[in-house]
Amino acid sequence: MRSLRALFVFAAVAAAGGVWVGVRAEAPTDEWATRTVTACDHRKVVVIEGVRADEKLPPAKAQQVADLLQDLMRYCNAEVKARIAKNELITLSINGLPYQQYVPGMEPPIELVRGKSDYGERDRAIWKAELDKLVKEGDRLFHSDEIGTNGIACAMCHPHASNTHPETYPKYQIEMKQIALLRDMVNWCIENPLEGKKLADDDPKMRALEAYILTQRTGVKMESGKH
Amino acid sequence: MPKYLTPKELERELRERSPESERLIRSLANCDRRHFLKVSAKFAAMAAAATVIQPHAFQLVNVAYAADAPGAAPDVAFRFAYISDSHLFSRGMTHRFAKAALKAVEDVNRLDPQPDFVLYGGDLAQLGRADELELGQQILKDLKAPVRMMVGEHDWYLDMGKKWTEMFGADHYSFDHKGVHFVTLNSVVEKDFWTAKGYTPEERMNIVAGLDDGRQSRFEVGEAQRDWLKQDLAKVDKKTPLVVFSHSPLYKYYEPWNFWTDDAEQVQALLFPFKSVTVVHGHTHQLLTNKIKNISFHGVLSTAWPWPYAPTGLPALTLQMDRPDPFDQFDGCGDGTFDMLKIGQLNANYNFWDRNPQSVTYKQIVAGIKGGGPSY
Repeated sequence: MRSLRALFVFAAVAAAGGVWVGVRAEAPTDEWATRTVTACDHRKVVVIEGVRADEKLPPAKAQQVADLLQDLMRYCNAEVKARIAKNELITLSINGLPYQQYVPGMEPPIELVRGKSDYGERDRAIWKAELDKLVKEGDRLFHSDEIGTNGIACAMCHPHASNTHPETYPKYQIEMKQIALLRDMVNWCIENPLEGKKLADDDPKMRALEAYILTQRTGVKMESGKH
Repeated sequence: MPKYLTPKELERELRERSPESERLIRSLANCDRRHFLKVSAKFAAMAAAATVIQPHAFQLVNVAYAADAPGAAPDVAFRFAYISDSHLFSRGMTHRFAKAALKAVEDVNRLDPQPDFVLYGGDLAQLGRADELELGQQILKDLKAPVRMMVGEHDWYLDMGKKWTEMFGADHYSFDHKGVHFVTLNSVVEKDFWTAKGYTPEERMNIVAGLDDGRQSRFEVGEAQRDWLKQDLAKVDKKTPLVVFSHSPLYKYYEPWNFWTDDAEQVQALLFPFKSVTVVHGHTHQLLTNKIKNISFHGVLSTAWPWPYAPTGLPALTLQMDRPDPFDQFDGCGDGTFDMLKIGQLNANYNFWDRNPQSVTYKQIVAGIKGGGPSY
């Protein structure tokens, strides 16, 4: 995939006056001539100094531009303007920040790393911490009497969220005379056995309860027709 | 012209006709009004089919306690009732759990003749508070038959049984009744998990009250009570029928929910030498049947809420009750009775409030009930 895309970029760059790349003259003389190549995401731009807008790029230069774009395309969300100077010095402006040097193959600027799609341990740790926080809050609420008024908590009938069967929703619930989602059943239990006030669909408490129930029941065998 | 019979004659007439009618009559023994209406309709239809009586005439006849007619169950020596796991909050008589406990008291008081005694199966309170236990005492004091109390973990871990024992006496004791030796145990002893962690009594109670709270220890009878039991049983003839009351099942069903007694094997070993042994336990809030060697085990219903069967470990003998209807507070809950058979074994009668009553007889246990599950 990657090599195909590289080839595509290369081919596009190599074709002088290519249709899909943005090409415009920035200076009238050769001394100050530049040629601009825009990547398919319209967020990565390479400005090649010393080449006229209507001039065909030498193959080596075209390959260099393709490689650079390919590198930058790994950081999909950032808006990057790159300049290749006549002396081959490459500088980058990331999301409008001042230009800084970039050496292909070396550590990329930190502004790019933060947004890169190649997520690392740290990212996964953050996501897990965020998920755990929500599930933990759901666990607390599920075992607490604070969402009801009569002392009763969800876990009293549903230890480890057993017998909640989130996988069976949505379904027509005769007693409600409508299609019920899991949150509708949660609200039913809050209003009836717990004698509490129903939660809005986007209430953080509802989100937490759903997160806890779904997490607890992940991987539990579903028995069709039984529930 | 059909012959008009007195209620007693009618009972006898119908009982002789088929096992189906026998079952119907017996099911009338402790039914509530809703169930009575259901059964009496069936009864009327049956009577009409048998041309003993006209259907409309039948409705005037009070047959509700037919099962207790003399000779109705010649193999039964005596009967005791149970109420269990009421989990009362200190929120007065109008709280839904208090109302459910009152309903059970009414059921038992309606039994005619009255049971010889009523076992209270433990977990009278939800959080071990004095006002919860007092509310429970107030509800149970209306029972006409004498009450035998058993302690549950919800009664114990706020003050380590101080209030409960003040109110109801020893947490373990034995008594003899009509040739049967009864033993009540405190099977919810937990190893100290709270001191090291510095939990307050309230925190300790809340942790134990959470069925799925893994911070607590496992239930056990403990060495002290096992020694006491050994001495108590030493005085009893091995042919004497033995019935043991424990809050938790005296076997290992599902550890994460303390459907479990950690020293079950050691307690069972003390019971194996006896000819006929039955264990009646609370805590699991579900119809539950097991047999280990010569010991039969019956779990009893809760008045407060039913529990799903655990994901693993369900004894094969258990014929699972259907999943309770979440839209019906009383479904899957109830109370019940035990018939002490003259052979020294027990038949369990589950009086489900909003579904048909169900019996698990000693005969069925020996024959092997085809159970299944778990389903939850």
